[in-house]
Amino acid sequence: MTAVTVYVPRDAAARGVGADETAAAIADEARRRNLDVNIIRNGSRGLLWLEPLVEVVTAAGRVAYGPVNAEDVPSLFEANFLHGRNHVLAHGRTEEMDYLKNQQRLTFARVGITDPRSVDDYVAHGGYRGLTAALGMEPAAIVAAVTASGLRGRGGAAFPAGIKWKTVMGAAGPQKYIVCNADEGDSGTFSDRMLMEGDPLVLIEGMTIAGLATGATLGYIYLRWEYPDAKIALDAAIAAANAKNYLGDNIQGSGKQFILEVRLGGGAYICGEETSLLESLEGKRGQVRFKPPLPALQGLFGKPTVINNVITLASVPIILDRGAEYYQNFGMGRSRGTLPIQLAGSIKHGGLVEVAFGATLRELLYDYGAGSISGRNIRAVQVGGPLGAYLPESQFDTKLDYEAFADIKAMLGHGGIVAFDDSVDMAAQARYAMEFCAVESCGKCTPCRIGSTRGVEVIDRLLAGDNAAKQETLLRDLCDTLTYGSLCALGGLTPYPVLSALNHFPEDFVKLARAKVPA
Amino acid sequence: MSDTRPRRVIPIKVEPPSSLTAAQRSAVLDLCTRLKDVPGALMPLFHAVQDALGYVPKDSVPLIAQALNLSIAEVHGVLTFYHYFRKTPPGKHVVHLCRAEACQAVGAVELEAHAKRSLGIDFHGTTADGAVSLEPVYCLGNCALGPSVMVDDQLKGRVNPRRFDELVAAARKTPASVS
Repeated sequence: MTAVTVYVPRDAAARGVGADETAAAIADEARRRNLDVNIIRNGSRGLLWLEPLVEVVTAAGRVAYGPVNAEDVPSLFEANFLHGRNHVLAHGRTEEMDYLKNQQRLTFARVGITDPRSVDDYVAHGGYRGLTAALGMEPAAIVAAVTASGLRGRGGAAFPAGIKWKTVMGAAGPQKYIVCNADEGDSGTFSDRMLMEGDPLVLIEGMTIAGLATGATLGYIYLRWEYPDAKIALDAAIAAANAKNYLGDNIQGSGKQFILEVRLGGGAYICGEETSLLESLEGKRGQVRFKPPLPALQGLFGKPTVINNVITLASVPIILDRGAEYYQNFGMGRSRGTLPIQLAGSIKHGGLVEVAFGATLRELLYDYGAGSISGRNIRAVQVGGPLGAYLPESQFDTKLDYEAFADIKAMLGHGGIVAFDDSVDMAAQARYAMEFCAVESCGKCTPCRIGSTRGVEVIDRLLAGDNAAKQETLLRDLCDTLTYGSLCALGGLTPYPVLSALNHFPEDFVKLARAKVPA
Repeated sequence: MSDTRPRRVIPIKVEPPSSLTAAQRSAVLDLCTRLKDVPGALMPLFHAVQDALGYVPKDSVPLIAQALNLSIAEVHGVLTFYHYFRKTPPGKHVVHLCRAEACQAVGAVELEAHAKRSLGIDFHGTTADGAVSLEPVYCLGNCALGPSVMVDDQLKGRVNPRRFDELVAAARKTPASVS
């Protein structure tokens, strides 16, 4: 009998709930029963509430079981799961699961499916077709394809990627850089991490294509230290790509060079801001730079630099492979393509949902997310990380589209959706937003550095009922200063969560104050 | 009107007095030699020193400054900007507890209170027996399976107070990851 292939994710989230122990238990039990099992450690399929999600390869396709803890393993063998038989933890064919079957996985096409460390597996599943196409194209044609696809920066700022690339392409050499922003610091986001652990080669391919398009020969992935598993996955994939001449001095015999290295951050949220990230890469304090000059002209070490988020760069290979039009046909308005959305916080079915722009928050929260984990009502969601607005139920029909979110003074950011049930205290969340800004401010501009600390104090006085009406005026005035006076998005957007909490959930700000009024 | 007193020579100390052990000093110097020519060497060097020693001792700063031809103030400025680099020795194990919004939505605030109470320390502290240091962290990228903590470099999800105590008890029984 040939070995049965079993997939057990090596994704950090899966390991965090026992995937290593599950994999070991499957290996032990197979040995005990004298069965030949080949365990592959894949990325996560993104159905995180079912992790560890074990898949067995059968004649009918891959069959899913989850969540499989180590102690469930003997009963799975008893039920003959190696032949895809039924079990209380069985979910049928993975592809047919409701959560997955309606997704439009372009960027995440291979995540959870392939062995992340195998170039052969990557190529067998359509990998490196984009690079092969790009190697036969003029740089200007590559840039034109990226521009025509409508791809916008997925890190949060949504700046058109093609325009950045064009600027760098047109800048004078000799040394240019491709920098990948893998400092995914927003709470509620983990798509970069999942992609880097589950399909690191697609990021490497995207960066290589960016190098070909702009004439950059050196690339850095600036990765947050909080992602040690991603570091291991990236280093392994870079080594594998080098060994097969997909990186290095002579890429696939083309004479083109691209060298890639991973650098670790130091736990500073601000280093997700592109100029601050560049400072950090140069070995400096991660303080924001004034713009201009644009990083595209004077970026890393003063040289022309493309700096894009992980998902932006990882979306490039499919654009070059399938054509700009294919990608551009997904989405709505000026938001083209797909967005890997992350469902997080108090949500029953948390995970990764990649769909075209245009889905509503409600669809994501209830059709995919299945409501709150506690079963209570979802009272608020924060979209776009700690600088994103808190949205009440009345705004759940907003479509996921950069412009639609801007219209309601919110932002889509990196696509993280954090749900809160009705036990949340929105005044505490507003205070936390200011506190976070104070902790993470780089200190370069005054509104952010001092305004955030004053913001915490004003909210404290407001909640204590100390002249509340005046404090609210002061808080709004302070937020105005932060919005218009800050150098970057940290100070500039902190008012989003603060004011949205205050505007949509004013009752939470008066409870304490009222309680203080003597009877 | 010339001063006839003999001129006093004030020796310029290139390296101030140091509390580094000989082993620590040689480890730092070794890493400096290895990494000083890397572009933007400072961050990789801090990581390497912390990986080797568990922290970046204050007295390693002059050594690093000299190797990289930077002022002590510059190196100190960069070192203290980043939350991750420790200036004091850690306990045998470091527990990072996520304070970010997604974890708050599923009980991180309660977990934080429990962690501080059960360990008897505040953030940045180390238990009296030297076993565990507790640090805050803003997001571990495990936002669908919170509350999250990281024990040394192992991410743990769905951590309620009981599981936290189990993780700490298990950590206490295992040797330190950094000697």
